[in-house]
Amino acid sequence: MNDILADAFEVLDGGLFSIVVDKGRFGFAHLGLTQGGPMDPFAYRWANRLLENNDHAQALEVSLGGLTLQARIQTRLCVTGAVVEVSVNGQPQALWQSFSVQEGDTIKLGRTRQGVRSYVAVSGGFCVAPQFGSATTVVREGIGGLHGNKLKKGDMLPAREDKQRAGWMLPPAHHPHYGQGLLLRLVPGYQYANFNQEQKQAFFTHSYRISSQADRMGYRLKGEAIAHDFKSLWSEGICLGAVQLPGDGQPIVLLHDRQTIGGYPKLGAVLSLDCARLSQCLHGTEVQFEAIPQAMAKALLLENRSQDAQLQQTLIQI
Amino acid sequence: MSYPRLQSAGEGALILYLADNPSDSITARLAALIPKLYRALGEDLLELVPSYHSLLILFDPLNIEPRQIRDALMLCLPQTEQANLTAGKLIELPVYYSEESGADLGSLARQAKLSIDEVIALHQQVEYRVYAIGFAPGFAYLGEVDKRIAMPRLATPRKKVPKGAVAIADRQTAVYPDASPGGWNLIGLCPSTLFDPAQDPPMAFSVGDRICFKAIDRQSFLDLGGKL
Repeated sequence: MNDILADAFEVLDGGLFSIVVDKGRFGFAHLGLTQGGPMDPFAYRWANRLLENNDHAQALEVSLGGLTLQARIQTRLCVTGAVVEVSVNGQPQALWQSFSVQEGDTIKLGRTRQGVRSYVAVSGGFCVAPQFGSATTVVREGIGGLHGNKLKKGDMLPAREDKQRAGWMLPPAHHPHYGQGLLLRLVPGYQYANFNQEQKQAFFTHSYRISSQADRMGYRLKGEAIAHDFKSLWSEGICLGAVQLPGDGQPIVLLHDRQTIGGYPKLGAVLSLDCARLSQCLHGTEVQFEAIPQAMAKALLLENRSQDAQLQQTLIQI
Repeated sequence: MSYPRLQSAGEGALILYLADNPSDSITARLAALIPKLYRALGEDLLELVPSYHSLLILFDPLNIEPRQIRDALMLCLPQTEQANLTAGKLIELPVYYSEESGADLGSLARQAKLSIDEVIALHQQVEYRVYAIGFAPGFAYLGEVDKRIAMPRLATPRKKVPKGAVAIADRQTAVYPDASPGGWNLIGLCPSTLFDPAQDPPMAFSVGDRICFKAIDRQSFLDLGGKL
């Protein structure tokens, strides 16, 4: 394998919010360190797969586009996720397929036209030093990535050279569509049994809209308030997708950078597959909740895994 | 409600409640349970997050069944019934208590109808238990402070609480491991680094351990690296 070059890519413009991600940080939640990791694991995984990387190789998560990099090495890249214009020295490049870059090339992501989060993978993965077992950046904690922060002009990203040109594409028929109204499947849990029938009915029959307060920590929704008179709870561990109802009764879906513990009542947790789709939606998007049993959640995850394996068969070599 | 109670939290998450309310013995039990569960289930567990009276268990639902976790708990839980209350570490943290280093010390004393020296003495008198760690990396919720110095959170949280701030909210106390926003009542500053990402482990204590505070003077605080 080629040596790691510390300054393989220079960040010319970090865009609105671009960070280094990998699988996420596990095993440190008991010290208050959150999970982090890609908000859309599907797009992240396929950015890596189309370069024949390890599924969990370090990549960049770019929210709402705007990232500009300059290559200092020859290698291959792949951009997946949100629909965004990608160019190399002004030449447009297709999403969901690998492309080559040479030393000195400028790689630019425009503004997203559909979806929120793009993933930029490089052959062999970026090579940022992990912290607590992961390179995932959690800006709120100042942990991971480059100095615990989002990418800024002048940052250097380490990677390896790759002179190979061949790669893979995922046929357009299999590209996901983002941003439409969503059904969020919820596994009931936590204080679910303590909510009464009217409260549950109101929660499941009304639709909600994503508010402007929606980020990697959580998506605050707006709609029918679920009035409740829970006395304050002892803080307890929060899992991915947990739906909490603060005093104002407006649900919040907690995502990858959530606080590790919290004391608001919770109805359960949104299926991870739906958290990923939610994280590709802009504010204003309509969502509705549906309860599913834990066993069905597992069946859906299994089905997703086999679909993923089938997708592998559809790849076209380029 | 009968305890222990295990229930669903999400697709790959179960939550175990040991009681209605936290206590020293419940926290000690959680601390004893964690290594046993890791031994029993190992790599199949993604996270165990203890907090007050509960334990969140995160796992990959495609690798392990909730039933296997329930079985492991049935085996491990009885072994924690006699959890030793003093099994954990006892850590002493130095604190420079003053109005200069604790912006709310004066008002807390006035509201409690105590002298500042009495507040400082009462805060040091108790051996606290680490009930939970969260909010920010290394932020430990310690309980319980003497009723006489319990004080509700500030109506308006501060935008910036300094690193090392020793604070009280209701019957809990904590040391802010880093500068952050916060609404607790500030009574002093601790010069020790509580959370250091460069160290392994990054923290000297975890849930179930005990903490006590010892007053130091201004000069000792500065000598220990404290900043005012």
